[in-house]
Amino acid sequence: MGGYCVNATLDNSHPLDREALLSAYRVMTTIREFEERIHLEMALGEIPGFVHLYAGEEAVAAGVCCHLDDGDRITSTHRGHGHAIAKGCDVKAMMAELYGRKTGLCHGKGGSMHIADFDKGMLGANGIVGAGAPLACGIGLSAKIRGTKEVGVSFLGDGASNQGTFLESLNLAAVWKLPLIFVVENNGYGEATPATYHQAIDDVAKRADGFGMPGIVVDGRDFFAVREAVGHAIERARRGDGPSLVECKVDRFYGHFEGDAQAYRGSSEVENARGRDCIEQFVGRVTSAGLVELGHLAAIAQEVRTLIDDAVTEAKAAPWPDESDLLTDVYVSY
Amino acid sequence: MLSIQLAINEALDQEMRRDPTVIVIGEDVAGGSGSDGEEDAWGGPLGVTKGLKGKYPDRVLDTPITESAFIGCAIGAAASGLRPVAELMFIDFLGVCFDQVYNQAAKFRYMFGGKAVTPVVIRTMYGAGLRAASQHSQALYPILTHIPGLKVVIPSNAYDAKGLLIQAIRDDDPVIFCEHKAMYTLEADVPEESYTIPFGVAKTVREGSDVTIVTVGNLVHVCTRAAEQLAREGIACEVIDLRTTSPLDDEAIYRSVEKTGRLVVVDESYPRCGLAADILALVAQNAFDLLDAPPQMVTPPHAPVPFSPPLEDMYLPTPERVAAAVREMVGTVVAGA
Repeated sequence: MGGYCVNATLDNSHPLDREALLSAYRVMTTIREFEERIHLEMALGEIPGFVHLYAGEEAVAAGVCCHLDDGDRITSTHRGHGHAIAKGCDVKAMMAELYGRKTGLCHGKGGSMHIADFDKGMLGANGIVGAGAPLACGIGLSAKIRGTKEVGVSFLGDGASNQGTFLESLNLAAVWKLPLIFVVENNGYGEATPATYHQAIDDVAKRADGFGMPGIVVDGRDFFAVREAVGHAIERARRGDGPSLVECKVDRFYGHFEGDAQAYRGSSEVENARGRDCIEQFVGRVTSAGLVELGHLAAIAQEVRTLIDDAVTEAKAAPWPDESDLLTDVYVSY
Repeated sequence: MLSIQLAINEALDQEMRRDPTVIVIGEDVAGGSGSDGEEDAWGGPLGVTKGLKGKYPDRVLDTPITESAFIGCAIGAAASGLRPVAELMFIDFLGVCFDQVYNQAAKFRYMFGGKAVTPVVIRTMYGAGLRAASQHSQALYPILTHIPGLKVVIPSNAYDAKGLLIQAIRDDDPVIFCEHKAMYTLEADVPEESYTIPFGVAKTVREGSDVTIVTVGNLVHVCTRAAEQLAREGIACEVIDLRTTSPLDDEAIYRSVEKTGRLVVVDESYPRCGLAADILALVAQNAFDLLDAPPQMVTPPHAPVPFSPPLEDMYLPTPERVAAAVREMVGTVVAGA
C-alpha cells in the first residue's frame, strides 16, 4: 500500500468469522435505529439543541472501529453518534445525554456534539469542524512515546478536510510517523455546500500524497471495503510505519442538522442514496453467501429496536441535572 | 542564585527525570533536530530548554511551525496519558491555535461529564520592552484567564517560576504558564531540590498600610521600585504579586484593602476587559465598603504595542507612572477628608 489510488484493489487478508459479521451488523443497526429514532424525537421537540445524524454512514464507523480496542483512541466530529456507538459507548447513556439528563454519558453537560467516553477510547464528538485532527496526533504521539501498539483514528468529513487543522495534522503525523489513521467520511457536503463547490479535487485522498502518506479511496457504503482498507492502514500504523488517510465515499441520509430542509439537494438524491444503503448491501452479501441466516439478523434487529425503545423511555424518565451539577467538573481542582 | 531561565530548565529537567510521561514539545525547543549540525542548537528561542534534548532525546520534540497541530497534539496527548509541556513561542501566536486551547483543552473536563483529565502545560512568552513590536509583545493572559477550565500562571521571579512550573506539570488541569520575555536573566535564590507552589495563593512582596498595589509578573519589580520611592516620601505601599490569575487569590486583595483602604492595580495587558478592570470590578462588588478612595488602574493605553523605543517606553507602566497614581490617590483622600 502506498501512494494514492482510487478503488484500491483489496485482497481478502482480513477474513471475517460469523461472530464478527453478527457484531458488525449489530453495530450498524444500532446506529441506524438510534439515528432514525432521534430523527422522530427531534421532530416531536423532545430533544434540545443541535443534532447531526450519521444515518447512511454506518459502514464506516463499524468498518473502522471493529479493528480497535479500548486502548485505541478516536476523535470524532459533530456527526459523532455512530463513532461513539461503534467504539462501545453505552447506548442508553448516550440517549440520556441527548435528552440532557443527569444519567447521560456526560451527565447532560455535553449533549449530542460532545459525547465522549475516555474509558472506551472515545475522546469526543466535537463541535468544531476539523478540531479532532490535532488531538488525534496527540493520541498517536502518546501511543508512540509510551511504547505501546495503540493507534489513533481521526474521523473527519469532507468539510473538515479544508480546515488548516486537518492539513497541519497530516503534516505533523507524517513527519513524526505517528500511528494514526485519518478517516475522511466524504458525504459530499460541508453543511449545505457540495464538495464539488468547496474543493477543486474529486478525492480528498489526493491530499495525502502531498504530505507523504498513503491515501486510499473506498466505497464507504461497503463495510467490507472499509474494513479491509482501514485494516491495512492500522497494521501499517501498529508496525510503526506511520499514518494513512482513508477516504470513504458515503451518503448522508438526512440534512446537515435536524431541521435542515435540505432545499439544496436534488429531488431524487436521498432516495438514490437510500437505494444503496450500506446496511442493506451488507445483509444482501452475507445472506446470499450463506454466511449468516436472515432470521438471525432479524432477531438482532429486534433486540436493537427494543434497546432503543428502552433507551428513549428511560431517558425521558431520567432526572434532569440540578443546581448542584452546574459548577462541578469545571476543573479537577481549583 | 539561579536565573528564571535556568529555574525553568531545572524544573523541566527534574520533572522529566521523575515522570517518564512528561514531554517537551514546541518549535525549536531543541532547535536543530535532523540537521547536520548540533541537534540541540537553540534549546528554545531563548535557551530555556537547552540541554534537555541530550538527556531525554525521545521526549524533547522539535515541531514544524504548526501551532494548531502541535498545541492540539499536546492536548490530545494529555488526554491520552502523557503530561506534555508545550512551548508556544510567543503568547501572540495564541490566535493561530486558540481553538485547541479554549474550545478543546479547557472544556473536556466539564462537557465530558468529569471523566476527562487533560494535564497539559503551555509555556509561553509574553510582554513588551524588547522592541519586538505589535505581534510579539502582548500580555494576552486576560483572554486565557477569561476561560473557565484553564489555569493561568505568571511568575515574577526564579523561585516562583520553578515551584509554580512543577506544580503546573503535576496539575491535572490545563495550565498556561506565562513568562515575561524581559525577565529570563533575573536571578533569585532557588533551592536545588524539587518543590511546588500552590496556585491561587498571592504573595505579599512588600507590606504597607497606605495603599495596596496589586500586580503580576514583571511589573512586580516595577511596583516594588515605585513603592521604594514612595516610602521615601512617607507613603507605605503594600505590593501583592498575584502569581496566578486563575485561580485568583481575591481574598488576599480584600485583606490588604481592608488594611489600606486604597487600591491601585498595575498591569501590562490592555485596559479594556483586562486584568486590572476585572480586579477593580471584584473589589467594587465585594469590598466597596473597605475603599476610602476610587480604585485606580495603571495599564498601557488601548493601543497595540508600538515598535519605536521612545513610543514603547511611553506605552508601558513605569515606576514613575505607578508612583504618580499612588500620590494622586493619597492626595485625593487627604483633600477630601
